[in-house]
Amino acid sequence: MKLSRRDFVKTGATATAALGLLSAPYLARAASHRVVVVGGGTGGATAAKYLKRADPAIEVTLIEPNQTYYTCYLSNEVIGGDRQLDTLEHGYDGLRAHGIRVVHDTVTAIDPEARAVDTAGGERFEYDRCVVAPGIELLYDRIEGYSETAAETLPHAWKAGAQTALLRRQLEEMADGGTVVLVAPPNPFRCPPGPYERASQIAHYLKGHKPKSKVIILDSKQAFSKQGLFTQGWERLYGFGTEDSLIEWHPGPDAAVVRVDAEGMVAETSFGDEIRADVMNVIPPQRAGKIAQVAGLADDSGWCPVDKRTFESSIHPGIHVIGDACIATKMPKSGYSANSQGKVAAAAIAALLKGEEPGTPSYINTCYSIIGTDYGISIAAVYRLSEDGATIAPVEGAGGLTPSDAPDWALAREVQYAYSWYNNITHDTFG
Amino acid sequence: MADSIRNRLSLTAGLLALGLVSAAQAGDATPEMLANACAGCHGTEGNSMGPAAPSISAMDPLVFVDTMEAFKSGDTYSTVMGRIAKGYDTAEFEAMAEYFHAQPYRPAPQDYDAALVDTGAELHDRFCEKCHAEGGIPLVDEEDYNILAGQWMPYLRYAMEDFRADRRELPKKMRSKLEDLLERHGEDGLEALYAFYASQQ
Repeated sequence: MKLSRRDFVKTGATATAALGLLSAPYLARAASHRVVVVGGGTGGATAAKYLKRADPAIEVTLIEPNQTYYTCYLSNEVIGGDRQLDTLEHGYDGLRAHGIRVVHDTVTAIDPEARAVDTAGGERFEYDRCVVAPGIELLYDRIEGYSETAAETLPHAWKAGAQTALLRRQLEEMADGGTVVLVAPPNPFRCPPGPYERASQIAHYLKGHKPKSKVIILDSKQAFSKQGLFTQGWERLYGFGTEDSLIEWHPGPDAAVVRVDAEGMVAETSFGDEIRADVMNVIPPQRAGKIAQVAGLADDSGWCPVDKRTFESSIHPGIHVIGDACIATKMPKSGYSANSQGKVAAAAIAALLKGEEPGTPSYINTCYSIIGTDYGISIAAVYRLSEDGATIAPVEGAGGLTPSDAPDWALAREVQYAYSWYNNITHDTFG
Repeated sequence: MADSIRNRLSLTAGLLALGLVSAAQAGDATPEMLANACAGCHGTEGNSMGPAAPSISAMDPLVFVDTMEAFKSGDTYSTVMGRIAKGYDTAEFEAMAEYFHAQPYRPAPQDYDAALVDTGAELHDRFCEKCHAEGGIPLVDEEDYNILAGQWMPYLRYAMEDFRADRRELPKKMRSKLEDLLERHGEDGLEALYAFYASQQ
């Protein structure tokens, strides 16, 4: 029988302590387990916090380059003008208060054999188990003319913060009568309803301030999340389908944008149309965050295959990948999913470190989209691991969308519940 | 019915205490695993950061199970809760109920109109105290209590709107007390009650 590291350390510690060969502080440290969490977004922060809750003896180190984190969720309200960016900013003192060591550094390599993480700052962190939650990497090179530099003119605003502020500023500076082009990405991508909530929020701003303007969605897809509900909301609030509509949606494959020109402010579609824009929001194709690629945790799809009970990588044992970066079929890439997965992974890791079998997981996702004033919609699901373990399957007969006949007061409530959800999930994650 | 749920709850708790029911039995997730997934909307350990979603910590387990069953069946109106409730069975509701019952209740830190509190307290004593004892605080060692004290005001308003619009089952006694209250004090009476509950922090 192979001894676990813990057993080995225990046995060794007893023996060597009896001989008086090692100092007490070393023993105390060696006896506990170390988990390194790479990435301090919703998934990583939740996993770190819930690991400590599961077993305070685990030494948890969270490595995140930024001093604060801006949530992508609700950032469309900043773009629409109803919310200030600083309401989305979260620091890490809450996690520190739980006894988590937070290190602001960038992870450059993960060695699954040596079980160690290296940082740009030249530090090495050894782990018994590692959690990788890097979010997404934006694939700038998939659209001709787009690049990290071009994104300073044509913001993606798909990672919240400076990019969100930039897109907001451009909308404010745009003259009435202007055209906003929103380039929507192909599947799979972070926050499936996000581009359409964004178009709604932009239209909300235009309606109140620049009513001669419009937003044109150039999509690579032929359908999108909550499409019926978005369309209904757009018809009610923004004249969708009429000549004066504040929103136009052009589906793929014809409308897929293949080239952008940041100087000429033009987007070219696969059909060959050239659409001129005054403000252009380019949300490019995506894959798992960079460190997941560097560490070889992603497969050919660009995303990370995992055991859906524990989120342990199918490629590198000992490393758990959660949130947007992992393949969590059929959970969407959302903040709630990342939070839920962080808890499942934390419970599994705590069990595995004790040499126990991980328990049965349970997962939830709820996504709100705010289409306009007092107009919110949602999608929800409860998930269980399928019997073969291959999918995180929504429970049949449960979950689903806001009903299409929901009265006005119910749509208004959904906005308030969206705000409540925001306060709760961010506190649950970072608080 | 109520007794049978309560008996089953204590039976489950007893078996858990004796270690006779393993967490993995019948593929059951632990109470904590089930309950943790609720935190995204109802707060860590069921203490909501508000403003609209209610805190569910320290709830009477029987009330919890009944409430969830009513969301699940649609007898109680909801936006998303009913859709989510349909994802669980009664045994899971019972497991979550036990978990939340054991979590300390933290009254919501919220603003309220202090000038209304005394009136609200009087109205509470007169119309509500008989069932919502001790000002509607959690009576965790007793049974059949609903927590109103320190609950988020927007939630209280939504729940009351639903009671009055027959979107939520209104017990006979409550209906008559409510009608009496509204006749004598109107909407202002309700506002005073909400302020009283919000003041209990």
